[in-house]
Amino acid sequence: MNLRMATHGTHLDIRGIRKSFGSAEVLRGIDFEQSPGQFVALVGRSGSGKSTLMRLIAGLDVPSSGRIEANGSTLQGANSTTRIMFQEARLLPWKRVLDNAALGLPRGQRDRALHALEQVGLADRAGDWPGILSGGQKQRVALARALASQPRLLLLDEPLGALDALTRLEMQALIERLWLEQQFSALLVTHDPEEAVALADRVLVIEDGRLINDVRIDLPRPRSRSESAFAAYKDEVLNSVLARNSFMPARAVVRM
Amino acid sequence: MNTRINRRILPWILPIAILSGWYFASRFGLLSARILPPPGAVLQAAIKLTRSGELPHHLAVSAGRAVTGLLIGGGIGFLLGLLTGTFALAEGMLDSTIQMVRTIPNLAMIPLVILWLGIGEEAKIFLIALGVFFPLYLNTYHGIRSIDPGLKEMAQVYGLRGWELFRQVIFPGAMPSVLIGLRFALGTMWLTLIAAEALAAESGIGFMTTSAREFMQTDIVVVGTLIYALLGKGADMLAKGLEHRLLSWNTVYQRA
Repeated sequence: MNLRMATHGTHLDIRGIRKSFGSAEVLRGIDFEQSPGQFVALVGRSGSGKSTLMRLIAGLDVPSSGRIEANGSTLQGANSTTRIMFQEARLLPWKRVLDNAALGLPRGQRDRALHALEQVGLADRAGDWPGILSGGQKQRVALARALASQPRLLLLDEPLGALDALTRLEMQALIERLWLEQQFSALLVTHDPEEAVALADRVLVIEDGRLINDVRIDLPRPRSRSESAFAAYKDEVLNSVLARNSFMPARAVVRM
Repeated sequence: MNTRINRRILPWILPIAILSGWYFASRFGLLSARILPPPGAVLQAAIKLTRSGELPHHLAVSAGRAVTGLLIGGGIGFLLGLLTGTFALAEGMLDSTIQMVRTIPNLAMIPLVILWLGIGEEAKIFLIALGVFFPLYLNTYHGIRSIDPGLKEMAQVYGLRGWELFRQVIFPGAMPSVLIGLRFALGTMWLTLIAAEALAAESGIGFMTTSAREFMQTDIVVVGTLIYALLGKGADMLAKGLEHRLLSWNTVYQRA
């Protein structure tokens, strides 16, 4: 990793994380370290615990045991250097696009919000109400809002899951471009192995509350999805997602 | 035909038809002046009452009562709704009691109110305040309770807490519901005002019509009744205007 990344992105160190809701243990001992500026994808089926882990890292919930360290200090509650993008855009409908992008910014830094809107290509919609934007545009505003505060760690909780295939590809390219430019650490939760392999330096596969695979994606960017190496990585990720699946033949699930 | 012109004309057809039906029925002796005087006579009565200063005086007194009651009862309802909607402690203490008292129709309180406050101004304002309290309380409370938890969670990630969270997320989120409460309250306000003024009064539109009835001045009774209709319509337009202004972000209220 180069030196610039080391100065900006969050260094995340996760040790022995467990999380239970009542008698159900959702996370059963998660350990991993994310170096500054790294793009990590967390892949797993629904119910595997990936979103729970994301919420813990965002400070929206506390682990039952274990610790999360960001840049050497233990995480406590929401953190101004960490931003999260949810599956839904969660824009405030009563604020115009620019005010949404400027949410949480100190006064006098609103130009940053406008700049972030420029980066996602929506500066001309700054004065519109969110209600008239398309789903993809809303997610771009949510991305601008996340980036306006110049986060060191960007958490992406399946933010593209609800978008159509073409918009999804555009958003993936946009996220990759902005990540390359701004060098924050990124953690993407997804159930789509292709999306994971297209974006991440490293894909973690989570199953039943445990990490069962850690695949380093050694492909140059921008990545071509038609290459055989890409397909091989995708298969590897997909196979480890399906490996533990005891109640359904693998072929039936490939469609997901 | 142009639909926009249609829209303009359409609401007027029925009132004009009723008015001309009324006019011709009086004209050809189908309607005795005792039952319903002709429109011209009613108009003359209105002009005469306005010239003598009687009508403006009674109107001002009635409007003053209505607005005072609305501000007191509505204000308290709104504040308590904010309180119980925001704080679990306040909800636990107050809500079930308020929900119980709510089931008493406010006009059923008239005997008790007369015993407590007599038949003066205080009694009338108290009845109006009581009538507008519940719609505002219930809708404010409900508005705050039904704010999307996803938005609150998002705001938490962006560091909004306390007053900022309230100002930027909770209050605007509850606003549509609060305004619905206001419209209900305006309806109750007129109803209660009429009942309170018919009860006992030395001034006000209700007093004017009640005393006119004693002297069989049907024209003045009709003037008073029409004034109530106009006041009600005016209040409704005011509420609609507020909705249009405060909820311009909401696509439901965006009409051409």
